Amino acid sequence: MRLQKLLPHWLSNDRGGLVLLTVLLATCVLIPLLNLVVPESSSLHFPTYAVTLLGKYLSYALLALALDLVWGCAGILSLGHGAFFALGGYAMGMYLMRQIGPRGVYGHPILPDFMVFLNWKELPWYWHGFDQFWFATLMVLAVPGLLAFLFGWFAFRSRVTGVYLSIITQALTYALMLAFFRNEMGFGGNNGLTDFKDILGFSLHADSTRIGLFVASTIALGLGYCLTRWITCSKLGRVIAAIRDGEDRTRFLGYRVENYKLWVFVVSAMMAGIAGALYVPQVGIINPTEFSPLNSIELVIWVAVGGRGTLYGAVVGAVLVNYAKTYFTAAFPEAWLFALGAIFVFVTLYLPNGLIGLLGKKFLDKLEKVG
Amino acid sequence: MRRSIREVFRRDRVFDFMVQGSHPVIPGEIDISHGPILYLDSVTVSFDGFKALDDLSLTVDDGELRCIIGPNGAGKTTMMDVITGKTRPDTGQVYFGQTINLTRLDEPEIATMGIGRKFQKPSVFEAQTVWGNLYLALKADKSVWPTLFTRLTTEERECIDKVLETVSLQNLRNRNAGTLSHGQKQWLEIAMLLAQDPRLLLLDEPVAGMTQHEIEQTTELLNTLVGEHSVIVVEHDMEFVRSIARRVTVLHEGRVLAEGMMEKVQSDPRVIEVYLGE
Repeated sequence: MRLQKLLPHWLSNDRGGLVLLTVLLATCVLIPLLNLVVPESSSLHFPTYAVTLLGKYLSYALLALALDLVWGCAGILSLGHGAFFALGGYAMGMYLMRQIGPRGVYGHPILPDFMVFLNWKELPWYWHGFDQFWFATLMVLAVPGLLAFLFGWFAFRSRVTGVYLSIITQALTYALMLAFFRNEMGFGGNNGLTDFKDILGFSLHADSTRIGLFVASTIALGLGYCLTRWITCSKLGRVIAAIRDGEDRTRFLGYRVENYKLWVFVVSAMMAGIAGALYVPQVGIINPTEFSPLNSIELVIWVAVGGRGTLYGAVVGAVLVNYAKTYFTAAFPEAWLFALGAIFVFVTLYLPNGLIGLLGKKFLDKLEKVG
Repeated sequence: MRRSIREVFRRDRVFDFMVQGSHPVIPGEIDISHGPILYLDSVTVSFDGFKALDDLSLTVDDGELRCIIGPNGAGKTTMMDVITGKTRPDTGQVYFGQTINLTRLDEPEIATMGIGRKFQKPSVFEAQTVWGNLYLALKADKSVWPTLFTRLTTEERECIDKVLETVSLQNLRNRNAGTLSHGQKQWLEIAMLLAQDPRLLLLDEPVAGMTQHEIEQTTELLNTLVGEHSVIVVEHDMEFVRSIARRVTVLHEGRVLAEGMMEKVQSDPRVIEVYLGE
């Protein structure tokens, strides 16, 4: 296998990951071709709405990957990861709002519509800078990262673990949801941010922009996979797996457990922020329901269904469950939550390693050779 | 503020320069110039009024192999917890060498200072390979960023190979630790301690669940450690204690009941009454 020699050591033994990256590369090339080059009349044409839908799944997959890093690999069950996703989404949404400029319904040169509606006279301080894309991108990483840092600093230092940690992460996202529902917060209240016009000067309604966002999501997911895989293959990856399996023991080996947890949590929150920032321009809206605890719990189900701790499993789970959701909510709208519950119960009882577990370990990982 | 003042005017430091023929005190260095490597001075730990350790005082010399015996509930494990920073004593002092106050440090700091601990229940990382367990334990910079970017060096590789050979697990290096037998897990945990390269090893029941043959091998291993390392062994197996021990400390109800050479302790009527006579 000459190809394997070219790959870095953390990827060469990872058959599942290579399959995933190949598939991503193929979709990244084929789908734009099928959408832009193949004429609409042809049966091979890939419709734009499906491109956007797939792009949405891929941003969810990146979010699932972020959760798998903290839950599957480090054993921190966060039931509030949707909060970091939503914060990244809001940061991007604020940029998109500022891009509307004077084209809003009220035609105010600077203030977004909802602020004019609320009779506000000037832009709140935290909205400054968001007219710059680089600043918004920075905030997409910094805001979720900072929140995760503060939260993790207190939680991990006080050695809050297990169920208790899960509950306070849930409380965190719930509190944020309530806060963002308030009009006084200045994030559009329960309507959120919407009615976006363009991104970096490209119209969000153009097919080419949608393809561009799709390709960006694919690349982000690919890079996200490489990053998480590289982390889990490093010595730090071994340490966080050790923390998952025996936190006290790891401490007695001289590792400062809380710092490791904090590091992983912050990296994961930043990945979730990027996922949110990719999600918002494709979906066209961000509102406080993204903070709802239900979303974060659904996210946990995606990872569990795919197979936690495998990274590619999270991607598979996120895409499949969301495809099922799209299908069910169209065909049998009332049945979706029951179906979701049933899937979760089934996977927990019969597939503890998720769908990926069905493929068998032999296929996925060759025995790691070390020493 | 108060702490930094205390640091400046530490009683064990201030007049060092006046002492004839004194050695320089280097912070963080284990100072064993007076012999003992570990001092416990009137340590008391109580849980809800129950005194697990009651005014316990104990010293262990550098390079010594010390056995600690005592009936259940005598406070052996609590003592280990106090030394490794898991439990804070209510009163009393714990010093590592002359200068390092262990009651001020937490578990990772104490481990980095050079105290390694093997637990009663073998606790290895079952999802990782034997080799992986040792790689984790290996003495290295254990803060986050260096750990992320570190690559395995030849030295580290050789060190792991040497340790694997010492505990004769070299053929099982790629096996998952979870698939090992009980005795092998015990050895792996001892091997992890060796990879940490501590000055002081605390072994909680190292031969529990081992076959006679394995016990003999462990005895041999422990005897090779003495001198270079100081070892404290907590054990129930009297046969094993007899075969390794020079000095023995008997704990009872959180205090030292007797201390001395094995033969002397064995014939002490109080010891026979609480423990050996059972």
